Amino acid sequence: MAVTSKKKRVASNFIIHAVLLILVFICLFPIALVVINSFKENADIVRNPLALSQVIHLENYIQAWETGKFAKGFINSVKLSGCTILIILVCSTLAGYVLSGKRIKGSGGILMYFMMAMTVPIQLFLFPLYYVYARFNLIGNIPATSMILAAVYMPLSVFLMRTFFLNVPRDLEEAARIDGANTAQVIWHVMRPVVSPGLITVGVLVGLQSWNEYLISSTFLQGEKNFTATLGFLAMNGSYGSNMSILMASAVILIAPIVIFFLCAQKYFVDGMVSGAVKG
Amino acid sequence: MSRKKFNWNYLLIAPALLISVSIILVPGILTIISSFTDWNGISPNINFIGFENFKELFHDKIFFISIRNNVIWTVMFVTIPVCIGMLAAMLLLSRKKTRSIYQVAFLIPYVLAPAVNAMLWLNIIFSPVVGLVAYFKGLGFDISSPLASMKSAIYACAGVDIWHYWSYLTVIYLAALRQTPTDQVEAARIDGCNAWQLFRYIYMPNIKATVSLMFVMIVIGSFLAFDYVKLLTGGGPAHSTEVLGTYAYSYAFSSMQVGKAAAVGLFMSFFGLIASGIYARLSRKEEMQ
Repeated sequence: MAVTSKKKRVASNFIIHAVLLILVFICLFPIALVVINSFKENADIVRNPLALSQVIHLENYIQAWETGKFAKGFINSVKLSGCTILIILVCSTLAGYVLSGKRIKGSGGILMYFMMAMTVPIQLFLFPLYYVYARFNLIGNIPATSMILAAVYMPLSVFLMRTFFLNVPRDLEEAARIDGANTAQVIWHVMRPVVSPGLITVGVLVGLQSWNEYLISSTFLQGEKNFTATLGFLAMNGSYGSNMSILMASAVILIAPIVIFFLCAQKYFVDGMVSGAVKG
Repeated sequence: MSRKKFNWNYLLIAPALLISVSIILVPGILTIISSFTDWNGISPNINFIGFENFKELFHDKIFFISIRNNVIWTVMFVTIPVCIGMLAAMLLLSRKKTRSIYQVAFLIPYVLAPAVNAMLWLNIIFSPVVGLVAYFKGLGFDISSPLASMKSAIYACAGVDIWHYWSYLTVIYLAALRQTPTDQVEAARIDGCNAWQLFRYIYMPNIKATVSLMFVMIVIGSFLAFDYVKLLTGGGPAHSTEVLGTYAYSYAFSSMQVGKAAAVGLFMSFFGLIASGIYARLSRKEEMQ
C-alpha cells in the first residue's frame, strides 16, 4: 500500500516537472537560439540555425556594438529611464502619502481619475501631444519624453505607493504629530524608512518598463543621436537585415543587461507586479 | 484665529496631478475635440466637420478589419494565457523549493523589451531566409512564414505577444492561490478531493476576485494592442493584421489625418472605458469586503 502511493507520488512529481520544463523550454528556446547564433558566421546561420558553432566568432559583438551605436544608445536609455524614475518617485511618493488617508477633500475623485488614466489608450492623447512637442522643438528631447512616460506610469505608481503608506501604522504618525513634527518631518523621519521598500519596488518596475517602452519613445525620440539602445537596434534591423550574425549579437547585447538586472531585482519586481493586482 | 491653517497636502499632490492632467487629460480632451475636425497636425486652418470622420470610418473596410482583429486578440488572450498561466500557477503551488527558479525562467520573456522579442521571433523563427521556418522548409516540411499569409498573420502576432505575456498571469495567480487558507485545503484533502475538485471548489472561490480583475485588464489591454503588431507586420500584409492601435497611428503619422486618427483613438478608449468602469466597480466591491 505504502509502496504504491510512493510510486504514484514519484510519477506525479515527474509529470509536474515535465510540464513545467516544457514551459521553460518554450520560454527560453527562442532566446537560446539567439545566443547560439550570435557566435556564428552569417553563412552558418543560414545553413542551420539550430547547430552549435565550431568556431566562436566574438568579433560579431564588436561589430554589433559599433554598427548599433550602442555606446550612445545605452547612455540615452539610462537617461530616459533615470529621468522617468526620478519624476515618478518624487511625485508618486508625495501623492501616495496624501491619498493614503482622508487628508484632502476630493481624494476619492482623484483616485477615480487615476483609475481612469491607467486604462486610457496612449493613442487617445498621443497625437495632440506630438504636435505640441513639435511646436516647442521637444521632439528628440529625452527629459521631455521621460515626462510623458512618467505620466503614463504615474497612476500605477501612485496606487502602489498608496498601499505602502496604508501599511504604515496610524499610531506611528500620530505619535510623531503629538511630539510636534510637521508634515515634512513626518514624511522624512516616520514614513520614509517604512515605505523605502516601496520606493525600490516602484523604481524597479518603472525603470524596466521605461527601458522597454516602444510606442512613445519611437514616436518622440527621433533623430539617430537621440535613439535609445532599443531604437538603435530597431534601426539596425532595417539597414542590416541581411547580416544575421551581427543582428543576433546586438540582440544579446540588449538582452543580457536586462536579464542580469532582472535576476538581481526579481524579488522587488515580482512584489510590484503582485501588489498591483492581488490584495492582501 | 479666523484664518484657517493652509493644508500642505494640496501642494504635495500637485506635481503628480499636474503631470497627469497636462499630459493625459488635456491632450485627451483635445483629441476628442479634434475628432470632429479635419485637422492635419500642421495647418492652422481647422474646420469643424461634425461626425464626418466617424461616418467615413464606418464606411472603411480596414476599420472593421481592425475591430475584428482586436476581437480575435481578445478571445485569444482571455483563453490561452489564462489557461497556461493557471496551469503553471497550480503546478508551482506544490513545488515549494523549485518554485522561484521556474518563476524566474518563465518571466524572462516578460521582462525583455517588445522590440527585442519581436525582432527575435521575426528573424530567427519566422524569417523565410534564415529562420527556423526556412530551415524546416529546407528539410522538406511544407511550412511557410505565418506572418506572410493574410489568414494566419494576426494569430502569429498574438502568439508572440502571448509567449511574452502568459508568465505575468502565472505570477499573479500564484500569489493569489498562496493566500488560500491552508486549513480549507487540508480539510478538502482529508475528504478525498482530487486535484480538479480541489481547484474548482477550494482555490477558485478564493482567487475569484483576482481572476476577474485580470480578465478585465486583459480585455482592456487587448484593445490597446500595438507593439507586437507594429513591430512584426506593421499592419500588413495588405492591412490584414491592422488593429485599432496601429490603424490610428498610421492615420496620424503616415497620412496626416489627425482628426480621423483621433476618432479611432476615441473608439479605442470607448472599449477601455467600459472595461475600466467594470474594473472600478470590482475593486471597490473587493475593498468593501
